[in-house]
Amino acid sequence: MKLRSIFLNLAVALIALIVLFPLVWMASVSFMPTGEAATFPPPLVPSRWTLEHYRDLFLNQGMGRYLWNSFALATLATILALSFTVPAGYAFAKLKFTGRERLFQFLVAALVVPAQIGTLPLFLMLKGMGLVNTYAGALVPWLASIFGLFLVRQYALSIPDEMLEAARIDGASEGQIFRRIVLPTLQPIIVTLGLFVFLGSWNDFLWPLIILTDQSNYTLPVALAALSREHVQDVELMMAGAVVTVAPVLILFLALQRYYIRGMLAGSVKG
Amino acid sequence: MTVADPTLVQPRPSRGLAARERAAWGFVAPAMIAIGLFFALPVIAALLLSLTDFDIYALADLDNLRFVGLQNYERLMTNPLFWGAMKNTLTFAVLGVPLSIAASLAAAVILNARVVKWRPIWRVMFFAPYVTTLVATAVVWRYLLHTRYGVINWGLESVGLPAVDWLGQPSTSIPAILMFVVWKIFGYNMLIFLAVLQTVPDDLYEAARIDGAGPWKQFRHVTLPAIAPTMLLVSIISVASFFQLFAEPYVMTQGGPAQSTVTVLYFMYEEGFKWWNLGSASAVAFVLFLCILAITLVQLAVAKRVGAYQ
Repeated sequence: MKLRSIFLNLAVALIALIVLFPLVWMASVSFMPTGEAATFPPPLVPSRWTLEHYRDLFLNQGMGRYLWNSFALATLATILALSFTVPAGYAFAKLKFTGRERLFQFLVAALVVPAQIGTLPLFLMLKGMGLVNTYAGALVPWLASIFGLFLVRQYALSIPDEMLEAARIDGASEGQIFRRIVLPTLQPIIVTLGLFVFLGSWNDFLWPLIILTDQSNYTLPVALAALSREHVQDVELMMAGAVVTVAPVLILFLALQRYYIRGMLAGSVKG
Repeated sequence: MTVADPTLVQPRPSRGLAARERAAWGFVAPAMIAIGLFFALPVIAALLLSLTDFDIYALADLDNLRFVGLQNYERLMTNPLFWGAMKNTLTFAVLGVPLSIAASLAAAVILNARVVKWRPIWRVMFFAPYVTTLVATAVVWRYLLHTRYGVINWGLESVGLPAVDWLGQPSTSIPAILMFVVWKIFGYNMLIFLAVLQTVPDDLYEAARIDGAGPWKQFRHVTLPAIAPTMLLVSIISVASFFQLFAEPYVMTQGGPAQSTVTVLYFMYEEGFKWWNLGSASAVAFVLFLCILAITLVQLAVAKRVGAYQ
């Protein structure tokens, strides 16, 4: 029994080392003087701590601009996705309207289709609308989140009908019911979905790579991918870029991990 | 919240189902229009596009667009680059799905043991790579895998093994990328397995132990049956996600060396947005979709078969 406990705790420590090492090493190398990471054996801590690579990124490589693009797009995507999917998810759960069942079946079937299939026509469509290389073009896919709709619907099913009925008898309009009763009740799932969308937009790569053609509109992942092709040798600079890209989402996740994990399990265990 | 306008609070018996129906449509319409316009329409358009020769000339002037029937598909079937991409993607999936699920399950079983300390902290920590930005951590792993200065080769050499040119030769490029992918995603399925394992009553393990079952037999006869349905779900989702690998090869190898890490989605991206063969690229997208669908259906059928025998 004692032996088993030691073995299991050691195993956990080993996994933790493997999980954490790349992230810690990334941060450590980003503070090393130029060229230090390209030595053997690889140094684990900087011989001299320096911020020169962060300075280079923000002063010469336009990192501030990319950081702002990522932040603005993720924030707008979150607001837009929530305002489109939350009312719809609630309506599918709690309001009766003609065609509800058929629409719902259509959405279930659509879940099987990977969104990438429509990438090319969507690009052509947005090109026709003049939205290529704009924030609007980058935001469009976040409006059509079937997954988000299901997540909200699943949660909204637990709102008691009596509560809504009582408000109706009191004369509240459907809009008032939504704002005063439904929205406060849905608050936890709204935080969860908002977090999913924010992280999803921040980390997204393929769509921004396609739609944001001008360098001044690049998001952090697109800019970092381009930088890493140009500056293959500058390990320290690339690590600083990776830290700037990863740190905001990692901090946000750690702060709100309860909401994230709860929502993730609700979304996947139930299917 | 402010008090409602008194005129609105009047009970209005005439306002009934019709008003509720209108309100419901008001809630649903924006999302449905967006899904129709930006999801359903492009998917249907992709099918049509795949039957045309839409290329850079059609992009300039639509008069150059011709309907070519199944020609794009026929040409794909004879394109060795496409078959290479299919083979690479299959290799990724065939190795990656079992590997990542095994890693997730092992981590979940270990974390589910009561004797492990600080379990909630490990749970969050092991999950953290999943939320990190793929492009950024791919850049980090490219250096961990560096032939001369990489930490992984340093580890190999310090135990007396030869250094490996991980991303520089076709025979190791896929395993190298898979190491990174498993590191990044294993936490996701680990959390799902952990949630299911926590629903298994301790009595079952207790009973198995009294019957003289060792750790392996307990795993085989108590843990595995409990997680079997979840395993199916997880494997379906994993197959779909391994079929959609793109950013990993884009950042780490640019499809190389010798095309050994060109995935189907990478092939589609290059065909569509590098060479502007949008018709042919749409055909690639559809073949990809049909593959995922077919594999999912096979998995469901196998699960049903296995379920019927139990």
